[in-house]
Amino acid sequence: MRAAVTILAVAALASVPLWLRDPYLLNALITTGIFVIGAMSLNLLLGFTGQLSLGHIAFFGIGAYVSALTSLGFDIGLPGGFRLVHTPWPPILGFVLAILIAGLCGYFVGLLSFRVRGAYFVIVTISFAEVVRLVALNWVELTQGPLALTNIPFIALPLPGLGELTLRTKMQNYYLVLVVALIAYLLIARLVHSHFGRSMRGLMENETLAVSVGIDVTRTLTIAAVISAAIAGAAGSLYAHYIRIIDPEVFAFINTVTMVIMVISGGKGSLAGPVVGGLIFGLLPVALRPVMAPEAQWIAYGGVLIAILFVLPRGIVPSLAQRLTRRRSGTTALAPVTLTETGAKEPA
Amino acid sequence: MTARSIAMTIDQVAVRFGGLVAISDMSFEVGEGEIVSLIGPNGAGKTTAFNVMTGFLTPSAGRVAYRNTALAGLKPHEIADLGLIRTFQRTSVFPNDTVYDNLLIGLHRQGRVRLLDAILSLPGARASERKLRQRAGELLEWVGLERRAHDAAGSLSYGEQRLVGVALALAAEPSMLLLDEPVSGMNASETHRFVELIRGIRDRGITILLVEHDMPMVMTVSDRIVVLNYGRIIAEGTPEVIRNDPAVIEAYLGHGAGRA
Repeated sequence: MRAAVTILAVAALASVPLWLRDPYLLNALITTGIFVIGAMSLNLLLGFTGQLSLGHIAFFGIGAYVSALTSLGFDIGLPGGFRLVHTPWPPILGFVLAILIAGLCGYFVGLLSFRVRGAYFVIVTISFAEVVRLVALNWVELTQGPLALTNIPFIALPLPGLGELTLRTKMQNYYLVLVVALIAYLLIARLVHSHFGRSMRGLMENETLAVSVGIDVTRTLTIAAVISAAIAGAAGSLYAHYIRIIDPEVFAFINTVTMVIMVISGGKGSLAGPVVGGLIFGLLPVALRPVMAPEAQWIAYGGVLIAILFVLPRGIVPSLAQRLTRRRSGTTALAPVTLTETGAKEPA
Repeated sequence: MTARSIAMTIDQVAVRFGGLVAISDMSFEVGEGEIVSLIGPNGAGKTTAFNVMTGFLTPSAGRVAYRNTALAGLKPHEIADLGLIRTFQRTSVFPNDTVYDNLLIGLHRQGRVRLLDAILSLPGARASERKLRQRAGELLEWVGLERRAHDAAGSLSYGEQRLVGVALALAAEPSMLLLDEPVSGMNASETHRFVELIRGIRDRGITILLVEHDMPMVMTVSDRIVVLNYGRIIAEGTPEVIRNDPAVIEAYLGHGAGRA
């Protein structure tokens, strides 16, 4: 039943460019998709380990800058009169490097801040994002500062024996984002349903007890941070090569807030939550644009978020799922589980 | 006591919180396969002793060793890896997960597979997962909670939650189990069943150290009893000896309670 819903949803999303010809709407869907990937990565931390990263956009932005600089090349002076010159590499390598370097940053932030959890983690992540933003703003030689990195090349997929496929059109980019989003979704789903996912859940629910059965807190949380940051970095890379111009404003706090809103409204701790919340809050600006000034739109988002959480307090997906199971169990009482049933149950 | 080999040695352990002395000088040993109870009035330092033995608290002085490994400097999860597993007085379950999933989390030590194998769902990871599920089912049956398998652990009665806590600890495959007031909140028949369970656990070769207030239960189940008062050991011996020890009667059981 759940698999059927997933396949239907994927098929519906895959069919969109075939009937939607409006480039403006397609563009909105692509940027929304990129932010949905970011929201999914945030959900891995917030929803499954309970740690709120309010600087999550840093990993996204680092991915964007790494990818852009890898494909544009740079020439910077180092202390001691040395120069570091990098000639442009294919954008696909930039994508890979964006994932690796964002993941590495996730490792360090995780290592530093999981010693001090809760509110301290929030502060450390905010500070981290702000520091990275200031570096991007002031290291003009590398990042062009507020002048932005421009003319970032499109992503080109190497096809063995056929040369390269440069993804220029909106339709191509739509499918690229969809594929990356699917991979990220599956990766997170596997992770959450594995042994490792249970360790994360245990830590979130009752850390003392989790530790007492042998779960290593630092290791578990650091791995989650690395994977989360790496996925955010991948999203950032897609963003850089699609928008083709990035400036330090990608690190703006409001971008993290947008991701948090997507996760909370859709339902943290549910796999589909950030997708649903992301689609709503990614496309809401498009729907509101004809009727509202941009400033007024923010008020509308706030109103929508409050309305969602008032009606569905745990977020859209978990709250609806709960209502569905409650209705079903109302008609047919749950049968007691026998040992053979549980023993034979296949892993999810 | 017979010539049992020693499982755990507590040697001159002291714990001070600022000026407060929680444990002043505690030394005793637990033999392999023994059931030892640690008793004493509220605030005598029993739970503090547990926290020291499982790495949740660093002692101000003294040492604890398990099977000749000194526990100083080890983190709680590393001590769990030695096979030394504890339960908790209050927070004994993962409340939002089903009882069955609670046990799967508890089986952490058995299910270590490489992360990449799990992500790619390789056969090794799947086989390990199947084994875990089977083991979780066995444990449920052992503690008698099969019927509650798919209920959220937080929705269970207090006594049942204690059972889940013990099952969780057993899932971690202990060689020694430290139970912190396991029968508090249980009624008489539940307590009786629990005593049977503890004996069953011991029969599997697991050493047990018990902190408990329920005197009849302690007297029934223990091989040996250690009595703490104000952070000091005031008596040690078999239930028969403890029952007749004037210092214990005076300090803990109160006057005229020797027949408890």
